[in-house]
Amino acid sequence: MFSHVFMQHAFLAGTAVGLAAGLVGYFLVLRAQVFTADALSHVAFTGALAGLAMGLDARVGLFAVTILVALGMGALGRRARPGDVVVGGVFAWILGLGVFFLTLYTTKRSGSGDGAAGVRVLFGSIYGLSATDTAVAVGVAMTIAVAVVGIARPLLFATLDEHVAAARGVPVRVLGYGFLALTGATAAESTQVVGALLILGLLAAPAGAARRVTTRPLAGLAVSAAIAVGSVWIGLTVSYLVPKTPPSFAILSTATATYLMVIAGSSLWAGRRHESDRRDPLQPGPIHGVPETAR
Amino acid sequence: MSGSFSWNLLADLKDMWSLAFMVNAFRAGTIAAVLAGPVGWFMVIRRQNFAGHTLAVVGFPGAAGAIWAGVSIAYGYFAFCLLGALAIAILPGSGGGSDGSAGRGDDADASAITGTVQAFVLATGMAFLAWYGGFLDSATSLLFGSFLGITTSQVTVLAAVAVMSVAGLGLIGRALLFASIDPYVARARGLPTRWLGFGFLVLLAVTVAEVGQITGALLVFALLVLPAATAQRLTARPGLGVAVSVVLAVVTVWTALFVGYYSPYPIGFWLTSVAFAGYVAAHAGGHVRDRLATRTPRRPAPAVAR
Repeated sequence: MFSHVFMQHAFLAGTAVGLAAGLVGYFLVLRAQVFTADALSHVAFTGALAGLAMGLDARVGLFAVTILVALGMGALGRRARPGDVVVGGVFAWILGLGVFFLTLYTTKRSGSGDGAAGVRVLFGSIYGLSATDTAVAVGVAMTIAVAVVGIARPLLFATLDEHVAAARGVPVRVLGYGFLALTGATAAESTQVVGALLILGLLAAPAGAARRVTTRPLAGLAVSAAIAVGSVWIGLTVSYLVPKTPPSFAILSTATATYLMVIAGSSLWAGRRHESDRRDPLQPGPIHGVPETAR
Repeated sequence: MSGSFSWNLLADLKDMWSLAFMVNAFRAGTIAAVLAGPVGWFMVIRRQNFAGHTLAVVGFPGAAGAIWAGVSIAYGYFAFCLLGALAIAILPGSGGGSDGSAGRGDDADASAITGTVQAFVLATGMAFLAWYGGFLDSATSLLFGSFLGITTSQVTVLAAVAVMSVAGLGLIGRALLFASIDPYVARARGLPTRWLGFGFLVLLAVTVAEVGQITGALLVFALLVLPAATAQRLTARPGLGVAVSVVLAVVTVWTALFVGYYSPYPIGFWLTSVAFAGYVAAHAGGHVRDRLATRTPRRPAPAVAR
């Protein structure tokens, strides 16, 4: 399998992107900002097509537009956490703009461009990566991963208890914006691998599964990244062995199946053990010395 | 599209409506807008935007699967959206928004599940289309809508389903409003908040399936969220808000179809732009009004008459 150059590229870029998505996704789920990521991944579609329509490299449009919109949505929300309605409203319009650019691109540049661009952006083209593409993808993904690990501790504090964190001098707002920018960058980055529409699965499923496997945040971060990378590997292998399977579909099916198994497994596990053992440390624990019924 | 624009709007409308497909587009668009207005209003109140978007996206593999199997797209939309509503309601931790049980932890779980469902379902739709073969054109038109291929029988189905849904919403409307605004008190008063939440999810699924057939799976939001959010910015009164939301949705559809007919750009773009412009205008207007309102009453009270 690895004798093909395109498979090598796919595995390299896929691993890097899976790592970044797993790490960022864990915080997204903890912060209940999955919807924001959803919106940003759609913004990535518009960004890529805007770049293409203006005759630039798709990546320039991707990163610029996605990160800008991420910061903009943060500015509209409270403490850099955009509200539900703001996210929904902004992204409905941005998608409309994406269609506009798609038409612009396919009609105006029909000579040089191709009609498949829209579909490729939406659903990814991991087998079409060149050596430079792969190098850039790995570089960006590694930067994102390092940044997330770097701010993990303060970000965790700010996520779990915003007010206490702010009182202790943690820059909650700056962290919020920084994290939004990282999310935007991840969405843009992953667009090339699994596509703008499907990145959400790589962000949400490993993180959701990790939250059920362990309640310790740093371990959860690692598990989430591991599941994401594993999904990419298994997905790529499956799509190589079963020729008619699109790679994005295989990757997402693996991630979804993992999540489902973890849900089923953790329900069984919880049924056998006492309720207090699977307590979420992020929720207030039992008050010691007070009988169960008195609370 | 085509056609030459003159400033005589009535003549323009007449010209447009001489084409059967435009008449059907206006009919279907109006039906979808009338349904999307009230349902969207409740969706925004209940903060179920993410669920709404996911249901909309579920319609995509439904339609793609219908194409693959060779049946009418409409059935694919309805079947998959209803199944999606069931999945979201049944899966643990995602009891469908504000049914009162959701703490922060449950929220996180619910959004992870919803997001996973959405991405997986999109991937499935893509695989259906890949297996079907005719990938490019169908994907784009299913995702971003094609106002122009709506048949008369499709309009009949849309109308029948819309009438039933609006009637259903009318039946549970009052209780649903109570359960959405204060789930705890509503439950204490004996309202079945879980069932209401589930019923609303089903209504949402049907609405999304209807709107999706016209706007495409990705742009459903333009008609669901934006008019409703604008209406809520304009008035806090429920009855009036629903009415404003319907009017805005219908105006949006008509304007978009009108402009779209005469411009080379796709209708989805105009639809979202018109709706978003309304939203921004309402926000800007609201800010100005708030400014004025806070400034005027703070004038120093006139001194006691000498």
